[in-house]
Amino acid sequence: MKLKLHIWRQKGPKAQGKMVTYEVPDASEHMSFLEMLDVLNERLIEKGEDPVAFDHDCREGICGMCGFVINGLPHGPKQATTTCQLHMRSFKDGDEITLEPWRAGSFPIVKDLAVDRGAFDRVIAAGGFVSVNTGAAQDGNAIPISKTIADLAMDAAACIGCGACVAACPNAAAMLFVAAKVSHLNLLPQGKPEKYARARNMVAQMDKEGFGNCTNARECEAACPKTIGVEFIARMNRDFLTGSLFDRPEGTGGGGA
Amino acid sequence: MELKANIPSGPMEQKWEKHRFDVKLVNPANKRKYTVLVVGTGLAGASAAASLAELGYKVKAYCFQDSPRRAHSIAAQGGINAAKNYCNDGDSVHRLFYDTVKGGDYRAREANVHRLAEISVNIIDQCVAQGVPFAREYGGLLANRSFGGTQVSRTFYARGQTGQQLLLGAYQALERQIGLGAVEMYPRTEMLDVILVNGAARGIVTRNLVTGKIESHVGDAVCLATGGYGNLFFLSTNAKQCNVTAIWRAHRKGACFANPCFTQIHPTCIPVSGDYQSKLTLMSESLRNDGRIWVPQQKGDKRAASQIPEGERDYYLERRYPSFGNLVPRDVASRAAKAACDEGRGVGPGGLGVYLDFGDAIKRLGENNVRDKYGNLFEMYERITDEDPYKQPMRIYPAIHYTMGGLWVDYNLQSTIPGLFVLGEANFSDHGANRLGASALMQGLADGYFIIPYTIGHYLANSKLDKVAPDDPVSKAAVGEAADRINKLLAVKGKRSPDSFHRELGKVMWDNCGMGRNAAGLQKALQRIPELREEFWKNIAVTGSGDEFNQQLEKAGRVADFLEFGELTCTDALHRNESCGGHFREEYQTPEGEAKRDDENFAYVAAWEWKGVGEKPVLNKEPLNFEIVHPTQRSYK
Amino acid sequence: MGCSTGCWVWSLLNSSIGKKTVMAITGLALFGFVVAHLVGNLQVFIPDDGKSINAYGHLLKSKPALIWTARLTLLALLFAHVITAIRLSLENNAARPVGYQVKNWREASYASRTMMISGPLIFLYVVYHLLHFTVGVVHPKFDHEDVYRNVILGFQSTPAALVYIAAMLMLATHLRHGLWSLCQTLGINHPKYTPALKAGSTVVAAAIAVGYISIPVSVMIGILK
Repeated sequence: MKLKLHIWRQKGPKAQGKMVTYEVPDASEHMSFLEMLDVLNERLIEKGEDPVAFDHDCREGICGMCGFVINGLPHGPKQATTTCQLHMRSFKDGDEITLEPWRAGSFPIVKDLAVDRGAFDRVIAAGGFVSVNTGAAQDGNAIPISKTIADLAMDAAACIGCGACVAACPNAAAMLFVAAKVSHLNLLPQGKPEKYARARNMVAQMDKEGFGNCTNARECEAACPKTIGVEFIARMNRDFLTGSLFDRPEGTGGGGA
Repeated sequence: MELKANIPSGPMEQKWEKHRFDVKLVNPANKRKYTVLVVGTGLAGASAAASLAELGYKVKAYCFQDSPRRAHSIAAQGGINAAKNYCNDGDSVHRLFYDTVKGGDYRAREANVHRLAEISVNIIDQCVAQGVPFAREYGGLLANRSFGGTQVSRTFYARGQTGQQLLLGAYQALERQIGLGAVEMYPRTEMLDVILVNGAARGIVTRNLVTGKIESHVGDAVCLATGGYGNLFFLSTNAKQCNVTAIWRAHRKGACFANPCFTQIHPTCIPVSGDYQSKLTLMSESLRNDGRIWVPQQKGDKRAASQIPEGERDYYLERRYPSFGNLVPRDVASRAAKAACDEGRGVGPGGLGVYLDFGDAIKRLGENNVRDKYGNLFEMYERITDEDPYKQPMRIYPAIHYTMGGLWVDYNLQSTIPGLFVLGEANFSDHGANRLGASALMQGLADGYFIIPYTIGHYLANSKLDKVAPDDPVSKAAVGEAADRINKLLAVKGKRSPDSFHRELGKVMWDNCGMGRNAAGLQKALQRIPELREEFWKNIAVTGSGDEFNQQLEKAGRVADFLEFGELTCTDALHRNESCGGHFREEYQTPEGEAKRDDENFAYVAAWEWKGVGEKPVLNKEPLNFEIVHPTQRSYK
Repeated sequence: MGCSTGCWVWSLLNSSIGKKTVMAITGLALFGFVVAHLVGNLQVFIPDDGKSINAYGHLLKSKPALIWTARLTLLALLFAHVITAIRLSLENNAARPVGYQVKNWREASYASRTMMISGPLIFLYVVYHLLHFTVGVVHPKFDHEDVYRNVILGFQSTPAALVYIAAMLMLATHLRHGLWSLCQTLGINHPKYTPALKAGSTVVAAAIAVGYISIPVSVMIGILK
C-alpha cells in the first residue's frame, strides 16, 4: 500500500518544529506501524537524511515507551492498542497519516516524536509506592485479599505509563495516570496505611508538574491502551478529598504531644 | 587466570546462612560514605538500587530508557517461581533447587541455585508487601499455576503481566528512594565503559543520550544489571534496545565472559511475517498448560487446521514425552518444533510454525474460563496476526528469548574485576545451560533484593578504597577513549545503516549458532563475522552528530559491540563439543535426537578472557562439582 | 510540621482537585437554584390569570432579608464558579502550549468540550435575563407588580423568546455534562450506579430545558396570554 505521512520534525527541545511530508510507496498490511517507520528511516539513511526519531523499545505493548498521535488519536485508530502493536492493516492504500508527538507542556519534546515523560517518574516518587524496606515483609498469605479487590487493583496497576491519557486529554491533564497508581495501591491492604497521604502528595506533585485540570471529558479512558477507566479518577478524588478534609495532621496521633 | 568461585564450605542447605554470618558488615554510619553505581533498572538493577539505598549507601542509578520503569523485565508475562508449597503438592526448597539444576542440564553452580531456591520464598513476601497485585483465589489467598519443566504448581502470577507488576514494585521502591534523595537517577544515559583504578572498578563512562555529553561517574563499586544479549540475533523477543554493550565493555576491561553460547530459544513465539520484521513477540509459556501443540502428520499438508481431522494430527510433544507432555522444558519443546518443521510438517507461511491449539481447552473449561486465564495473550495474538485464537489454533515458532551466559561471577556476584558486580540476566550464574520458565524474575529479584546487599558490604568492608575524583586522569582517559570511538563511528560516513549490519549479523548467528549448531556452520560464522565487522568500520552510515539525541549513533555503537561479541559466542559454541540445554550441537545427539551431554569433558563453566579484537580469547574453566543433584541424562519422558 | 487550618484549606482550594470540587459544589448549588426557579416559573401555567405567580412574586419581595441573602449567596456561588472556571481554563491552556494540527475525539462529548463556551454564554444570558425580567430595563413594558404580564409581554417579542429558548438549550448542554461531571469530581462513580447517573444527567438536563422552554413556546403559540 502507498501512504503519505505528515510527520512533526523538531531537531531538539528548543528548536522550531514543522510538519514534513514523506511518502512510503510500499508498506505491507502485515507490518506494524513502527516497522513501517523503520522502513522509512532506512530509506532516509540511504539518502543521507536524518531519520525520524521516535521512542520505542519492547514493541509488544507493555514497556510504555512508544506512542505518538496518529491522525489526532494517541496510539492511532485502534482501541486498547499501543502504537507498536498497531498494524498497517488498520489503514488503507492511499491514506494520508499525520504523526505528532504527545503535546503537553509537562512533556517537553526531546526530538521529533520523542518526548520527556520524567514528570510521571516524579509523581511516582512523591507517593506511588508502599513504604516498605526490603526484608521487612510478612508471609505473602498473611493478609487475604478478596479476588474482586485484587482484580480491581490489577486493572489499575496495568498502566504502562505511556502518557496517552495526557496526550488525549483536552486539557493535558494527568489524572488517569495518577489515579491509576493511587487506586492500585490504595485498594490493597498493603497500601492502606499511607492511603490519604499518597493521594495528597501525588496530586500535589502532579499539579506542580504543570499538567492541566480534569474536566471529566473521559477522553483519557478512551485513549488508554490498557483501557483503564475514569472510575479510578473518582476513587482518587474521593481519597484526596477525604484525606484533605478529615485525615489527622501529622504529629497529632496522640501520645503526650 | 584463576577463577575463585568463593563458594562457602559446609552442607548445601547451610551455605548461604553461614555466608551471611561470615560476610563483613559496614556499620550504618559508614554506609553513607560509600557510593555504589547501579547500571540498568530492570528487576535486578531497580531492586538492588532501592535495597542498597534503604541500607544507607549513596546510590547512582542509570538506564538508557526514558524512565527506569521501562526496562525489559517489564515484558515477562508468565510468572515467578517460589518454593512456598502453598498448593500442598510436594514442593520444597530442595525440589525447586533440584528442578533448576536439572532443568539447567547440569551446567549451573549448585550452591548458587540452592541459595536462589531459598530466597524465592522471601521474594514473594516482599513483592506482596509492596502491593504487587498477584492473582488470588476466591478465598483471598495467592493463586499458583504450573509451568514448563516442573510437575508442581509454584508459579505466582499477575495476569499475563507478572514481569510488569514485579518491575513496577521494584521501580516504585526505587522512586521512593529517589524522592528521599538517596538515589540519584540518570535516565536516557548509556554506559559506555568501566573505569578501573588499581585494578578495581571505580566508575563508569556514560553518554547522555539527549545532549550527547560523555562524562565519568565515580564511586566505590559498580553493579551491572544490564540484561541479556539476545539481540545478538537481531530477531528476538527482547526489546529493541537491549544490548551487550555494558557487559561487553566490562569484558574488554578484564571481566571474564561465561558460557556465551548458552542462549535460550523460547518455543512459543509468533512466527516471522516478513523481511521488515523488527522483533518477535513471545506468547507466554503458560499457554502450554492448557494448549496442545501439534502439526499435521502428513508433510506439506496445506489444509486449514480445522479441516485436519483428529486422527491426522501429530501431538508430537505428548507422543514423545508422555509424562511431561506439552510442559517439557523450553529447549526440548523448541527443538521438537524445529524437528517437525525440518521434516516439512510446519504450518503457516514458509512452513515455519506449529499449532498451539486451545480447541480442547475451550471445550473442557468453557470459552469464558479460557478468556479469564489467557484473554490478554489471545488479544495480543489477534492484534498481531489478525487471526482469532478462539476459532483457529495459534501458530507459534521458537525464537531467541533469554541468555543464560553472561559475565562470570563468584558466589558474591562479583566478576573477575574487583568491585564490579553483575546481577540478573547479565551474569551467568544460576540457570546453567537452560533456564526454566518463571525463574528469570526470581533470579533478578534474588540478586537485587537479597544477595547484593550482603555481598557488596563484604567487599566494601574488606577493601581499602582511596578517593577517586571525577577528573582523575584515569577517568579522563576513559572519557576520551569513549569519545574517540563515537567520533570514529561518525567519521566513517558510509552507506549501510546500523540496522542492516545488525540484521545480517543476526542471520549469520541464527543460521549457524541458533537452535541447532554444528562445527562446520560455526566455522563459517567465525569467518563471516570478522569480515562483516571490517565492512562495518568501513561502510557504516551514522546520520547526525554526537552532541544530540541520535538513535542511529546509539544503535551503531551497540552493533559494533555485537560484531565483536558474536565471534566469542561462536567460539564458545564451537569449543563445547557436547549438547546441553540451549546449546544443541547436531554432532552430539542420541539416536532419538535428544541432547547428549559430555559430563566427563565439559562439566565446567567456560569463562573467556579478552585479548583484543580478532585475537583468540583465552579459555578459563571453573569446574562444576555436583554434591547433591547427580547429573543424569535429562528425561522428560 | 504545624499547618494551621487556613493553610490546609488554602492548599486544598489551590489544588487541581480542590478547584474542581469548588466547581462541583457551586455547580450543584446553582443547579438547585435552576430547579427552584423553574418550579416557581411553572406557576405561570396555573389557570388563574397569573394570580398565583404574582402572589409568589409578592411573597418573595415581602421578605427583603431573605431575598437579598439568597441573591448575595447566588452571586457568591456564581462568582466562585466563574472565577474558578477561568483559573482552571487558563491553567488548562497553559498545560498545552503547542496544540495539535489534527485532533480527533473518541469519547469526549460535545457538551464536555464546550463547557467554556456554554458557560460564558449562559452568564451573558443571565445578565440579559436580569435586565429583562428583574430590573426591566430591556423589557418593552415592565411592571414591577405584575410578574405574569411581564412574562407574557416579554415573550410576545419573538427575538426575546428565541434568545430565551437558545439559552435554555445551552443550559441543558451545560448541565448534561455538568451534572454527571460533578458526581465524578466528588468521587461518586460506582459500576452499579454510574450508568444511571449518566443517563439521569441527560434526562434531568432535558427536563429542565423542556420545563423552561415550555413557557415562551406557550406564549408564542398563544396558550398563555
